[in-house]
Amino acid sequence: MSTNKGNGMATASGLIGKSVKRVEDKRFTTGHGQFTEDIVLPGQTYAAFVRSQYAHAKILSVDVSAAKAMPGVVAIYTGADVAGVNGVPCGWQVNFKNGNAMREPKHPLLVADKARHAGDAIAIVIAESKEEAVDAAQAVNVEYEELPCVVDAFKATQSGAPLVHDDVPNNMCFDWALGNPIEEVNEAMSKASHVTTLEFVNQRLVPNAIEPRSYNSSYDAINDKYTLYTSTQAPHLIRLLMSAFVLGLPEHKVHVIGPDVGGGFGSKCFHYTEEALLTWCTKKIGRPVKWTAERTESFLLDAHGRDHITKAEMGFDNDGKIVALRAKTYVNLGAYLSTFASCVPTYLHGTLLQGLYTTPKINIDVTAAFTHTTPVDAYRGAGRPEASYLLERLVDLTAHEMNMDPAELRFKNFIPPFDGVNQPGYQTQVALQYDSGNYEAVLKKGLEILDYEDFRKAQKEAANNGKLLGVGFSTYIEACGIAPSAVAGALGARAGLFEVGHVRVQPTGKVSVYTGSHSHGQGHETTFAQVVADKLGISMDDVEIVHGDSESVAFGMGTYGSRSIAVGGTAIVKSIEKIIEKGKKIAAHLLEASADDVDFANGKFTVKGTDKSVPFGNVALTAYVPHHYPKDLEPGLDFSSFYDPANFTFPFGCHIAVVELWMMSVMLSTR
Amino acid sequence: MSTKITVTVNGAKHIDKVEPRLLLVYYLRDVLKLTGTHVGCDTSSCGACTILVDGKATKSCTMLAVQADKCKITTIEGMATNGELHPLQEGFNQCHGLQCGFCTPGMIMTAADLLKNNKKPSEEQIRAALEGNFCRCTGYHNIVKAVQYAADKMSAPRARKTKKEAAL
Repeated sequence: MSTNKGNGMATASGLIGKSVKRVEDKRFTTGHGQFTEDIVLPGQTYAAFVRSQYAHAKILSVDVSAAKAMPGVVAIYTGADVAGVNGVPCGWQVNFKNGNAMREPKHPLLVADKARHAGDAIAIVIAESKEEAVDAAQAVNVEYEELPCVVDAFKATQSGAPLVHDDVPNNMCFDWALGNPIEEVNEAMSKASHVTTLEFVNQRLVPNAIEPRSYNSSYDAINDKYTLYTSTQAPHLIRLLMSAFVLGLPEHKVHVIGPDVGGGFGSKCFHYTEEALLTWCTKKIGRPVKWTAERTESFLLDAHGRDHITKAEMGFDNDGKIVALRAKTYVNLGAYLSTFASCVPTYLHGTLLQGLYTTPKINIDVTAAFTHTTPVDAYRGAGRPEASYLLERLVDLTAHEMNMDPAELRFKNFIPPFDGVNQPGYQTQVALQYDSGNYEAVLKKGLEILDYEDFRKAQKEAANNGKLLGVGFSTYIEACGIAPSAVAGALGARAGLFEVGHVRVQPTGKVSVYTGSHSHGQGHETTFAQVVADKLGISMDDVEIVHGDSESVAFGMGTYGSRSIAVGGTAIVKSIEKIIEKGKKIAAHLLEASADDVDFANGKFTVKGTDKSVPFGNVALTAYVPHHYPKDLEPGLDFSSFYDPANFTFPFGCHIAVVELWMMSVMLSTR
Repeated sequence: MSTKITVTVNGAKHIDKVEPRLLLVYYLRDVLKLTGTHVGCDTSSCGACTILVDGKATKSCTMLAVQADKCKITTIEGMATNGELHPLQEGFNQCHGLQCGFCTPGMIMTAADLLKNNKKPSEEQIRAALEGNFCRCTGYHNIVKAVQYAADKMSAPRARKTKKEAAL
């Protein structure tokens, strides 16, 4: 089957959209995956940490003398040893409402003065074996003075709360607002005939990827070169942050490899202190250092998710049309600013409060606070599920309060369908412009699957039979394909958010693809190969996908925010377009035609309107054996492309949950 | 102080001196370099370290290497025979039973024990058997299908049983 898309590109094999078996499975199902913890380097040493037992404590003294004398100990470093090293940076600057920059206290590699959350690292112990490192870490004697702590974002901002950082008054990192001016929202709200108010906690979550974080850092003194194996979602990003901002190393002297990674869900895209500390240590001791988190450490240290305390109000007119939305949220950042911590509760959250509705006036106000808890950052959806929950809970609650059908209430308020071509994109009140959408369609489909009318009848009958049937709706939208760099930059991002795709056609027509996207379960080796094979009209077996290596591709922003295929995949396609364009010139020369007259489809370059053609493989060979070759054309068939998306992608959908409850009564009495 | 152990792993006999506190999973990973068995939680909760000890699914992070003396062990590396995948390994591929792949070896080993004792498990029985194995990518649905695929294949009348499957 072949379909010509009419742009010279061919979907020769029809592979895109086809269900194929994953090519990476064999190594995982046979025990041959290579995760960071599986890598043992010559001269390997192992690290263990001494971590604070308290959420907040002054460190009076750290005595390592007994530990140093333990068997197998290679080195021990404390906060004093790394006092001159920068802390890990935050990748996104949010400004206070008054324009001042957010407060960014240092996140040191090891703390010397104070522990600010349970698990804060006080010392690193390096030994010949894991067991010896753990034994010696237990022999380090830390004298603490326990201090009062605050773990709740709202309480942290109240006067008299214990300070996490002495130079951050009221523990306030920033305050921030988005949407229409609050006066306009207040006025619209005052005219509402019904206001639904919801106060809730979107609770903190522990990400818990099944592969614990693991790092193995080594230093080659002869070539002055570092290699860090890391269980990360974004190898280039780690290299940039660690080399330029923390350790002050030349970027080209740091090689970062993210091999097979056992899930991340956001928690592995941040630059963690251990990555930089191990890299600092390896040069000191002249041997590779490995550390793998114990599960307890995963709980204590992998950046948590969510943790919002919110009061939200939604105003409606008599007909059930939303007239205003107002939300005030206290956001818990934990003890330090993690890499994207500031962006998650602001630009990934507030910007989604339009949801699928025509709400004309919206204001979200966020106060972000430091507390004596584990740092909080992006986790599964990152800010956007919190926005969906806020909206959908309010709408369901309103339906209940106004005695309306929750589906009807949604239909009444949905943004009407727009395709983004004949109708413009939808400009929200909270910065984003949706590309296209048909929100009614997804709810209609959901109701159809549920057989809604039938369900309502069953619900009534159930009540008569000692059962309760309940239904909950969630219709959502998400901003994905993160992100247009200029937009992100204007909002405070300190990095670009493009992706790089490098396609190298080998002389034999086999194709190697190097991507800055990173797979930690997404199956890029299959999906990207599918795209490449489809576009070039070759077999998937002839395509190899290489990812997770800072030295294989020019740069990469990694995988998070549902960006791999939308941004990383498009970068690869851009390179394929360049290959086909150049291939046409080579083919034209071989076929004695003009390049403008050459089409590419089904893996063949053909002179339009004739049966004269040359297969892709011949063109590839000619590119590398350019004996009969167009004048002024470089040999080779190898292109790299940067793709910076023009907009986010806006997937939307509908979830319906039905719960059945059997009514039983239990009488409790006290005597 | 170390203790001598004799263990048969994937059909090969190993004699090693190990520290009494060495966990079996680290013996397999660090001494025998069989890194397909993973440590996910070090508390016997997640099941990523599951292997077969004398045919029985066992969490190797909660067993000492010295306790495995004179035992026959099968790890994920021992499931394929002469390059031919075990039906479970095939099933996980056919049914998209894995994403990141870190939990997969443990899932397969637990399922192998189940299928040895129950040739045609129901969905409920499969879910019950796998209750000690976590998949944080949350792909349970397809994991169940993968086990069903293997059960069907292994019980098909004309299925050719490899020596390895028969021995498990």
